[in-house]
Order: sequence, then structure tokens, then C-alpha cells
Amino acid sequence: MFELCGTPFTSRMLLGTAGYSSPDVLRQAVEASGAEIVTVSLRRESARVRTGQGFWALIEQLGRRVLPNTAGCHTAKEAIATAEMARELFGTNWIKLEVIANDDTLQPDLFGLVEAATVLCAEGFEVLPYTTEDLGAAERLVAAGCTVLMPWAAPIGSARGLVNKTALQSLRAYFPDTPLIIDAGIGTPSHAAEAMELGYDAVLLNTAVAKAGDPVKMAESFAKAIQAGRMAFEAGIVEPRDMGSPSTPVAGTPFFKIDHAS
Amino acid sequence: MQILLNGERFATDTDNLDALCAKLGFAEAKVATAVNGNFVAAAARSQTHLVESDEVEIVAPRQGG
Repeated sequence: MFELCGTPFTSRMLLGTAGYSSPDVLRQAVEASGAEIVTVSLRRESARVRTGQGFWALIEQLGRRVLPNTAGCHTAKEAIATAEMARELFGTNWIKLEVIANDDTLQPDLFGLVEAATVLCAEGFEVLPYTTEDLGAAERLVAAGCTVLMPWAAPIGSARGLVNKTALQSLRAYFPDTPLIIDAGIGTPSHAAEAMELGYDAVLLNTAVAKAGDPVKMAESFAKAIQAGRMAFEAGIVEPRDMGSPSTPVAGTPFFKIDHAS
Repeated sequence: MQILLNGERFATDTDNLDALCAKLGFAEAKVATAVNGNFVAAAARSQTHLVESDEVEIVAPRQGG
């Protein structure tokens, strides 16, 4: 059990809803994942096709808490207006805040992110910022009013895993009481488990499930890896050593000689 | 007059955002709106006057990551 913005959750997996081969596969993947929070977005609605209306019906069927994002926004102003539209549309003041600096890496624009977070927190939003592992930016976001931080593992959709593990460990150590969610760049369940073993509170992913050969099986696989990683963290992981250390007691073994024990 | 509707040029004789939404069939639809980059709440659409070259966004839910 852990809390985000004052709400308790059992599942530590947040799942994106984009890129699935069909609405039914999406629905099955969400169910297999056990995710209690799914991310959603906004699109320009066509008067002819009205795609969004059908998607909304699916979301209502899923019965999960939605976390709208501001994907595609390149300025604080765009992100603020998008968040305001999302709040009305989805009926939630939670927003996954994205301000993108660069279309090739999809890395966050930390300056725009802090600017938008400051405005949105003042407007009463619960801002979950998609950020990097940068400690200074994290401090600014917390000062702006963010109660959750969502650093990337690697660029969105890259499936690279924890590229800067050391900095992510520093961030965890520096913010022991702030919920930290790894958002973006996760490719395999072992990446997700690694993040959880570091003490991260949850993992948000989309592409690794949606584009898997069997998204439903992969969703379940991630759920298990995230659970295992969390259990390992809670159990207390042994420190790595530079040299070997016998797990079998040495004294009393057959043919034991004290000279060999040095 | 000409406006930009969801990024495309659009000719309309409607100068009210609420009326524009209704004309497009969005009266009861799950949509949100912005004009010239600023959010316009559903309740404020009927008081929102549109002028030549205004940039209107009408958005709906979609899949996201």
C-alpha cells in the first residue's frame, strides 16, 4: 500500500493506454497488470469521426483512475492550457505534466516544466511532473508544490532501462519521503524490478507493454516484476562486495586446513 | 469569417464558441475547448465571442502514455 496525493493504492504499476493493437487488447492488458491508474491524453476531435467519444466509453468501462498527460506540449503555456482542458474533460485535478524540450529525445524542458508546475499547483492541480534525474530541478518542482516526482529512466519509448542509475539512487536518497515514480524508458520487467529495488515507489510504462508480442502476458510479467522488486527492497538487499565470500561455512569442512583460510 | 479550427482553416458564420460547438455536433459530446491558446471552460463558451483568425481548439479524450 502506498499513497499518491493523499490517495492509497495497492498496485505500484501505472499503465499507459496508447499503442495497443485494439481496444480489447488494451482492456485485457490493464486487467492483467492490476494497474489502478492509467494514463490518457487529449486529441483534436473530428466532427466526422468523433474518435474520442468511443475512447471515453472504454475508459469508463475500465473503471480505473485516469491520469491525463500533457504530451506533445513544448511550452509552459501549452501545457497549462492542456492541463486545464484535461481537468474539465476527465474530471480530475491530477495531471502528468510533460513539457518537451526536444522531439528527438523527448527529454523534458526542465525550465518550462517548473514554470508550468508553479502555475498549475497554484491552480489546485496535483502535478505529477515527468522530469529527469536532475536533483536541482526536482527541488524546484517540490518547491513549486509537486508532492510526487516522476523522473525518466531513459527517453520515452527507448526501452533502455535505468540509464543513469547512480543519479536515480541519489534522487531516492535525497527525497526519502517524496513518492518517486520511474516514468519512461523502461523496456523489460527486469528494468522495472531494478527501479523498485532502488526503493522507487512505482513505475509508469506504456510502450514496453503495448508493443510487446503479447501485451497481456507482458502486462502481467511487469506486474510481477514490480511486485518482486518492491518485496526485495522491503526485505533489505545485501551490499555488493568486490571479493568473494563463502556462503557455506568454512570451518569444519572436510580437508579444511587453517592455511587455506587466509 | 475564417478561423483556425484544430489547426485547419475553417469558414464559419458563427461568432460564438458555444454555437460553433453545437453546429459541429459537439453540444452533448465529451470535449474541451481553448481559444488562442487559452482554456475556455464549458460554462464560459456561450460568452466567448469569436473573431476573424481566432485559433480554436476542440479536444476529446484519447489514448496516452
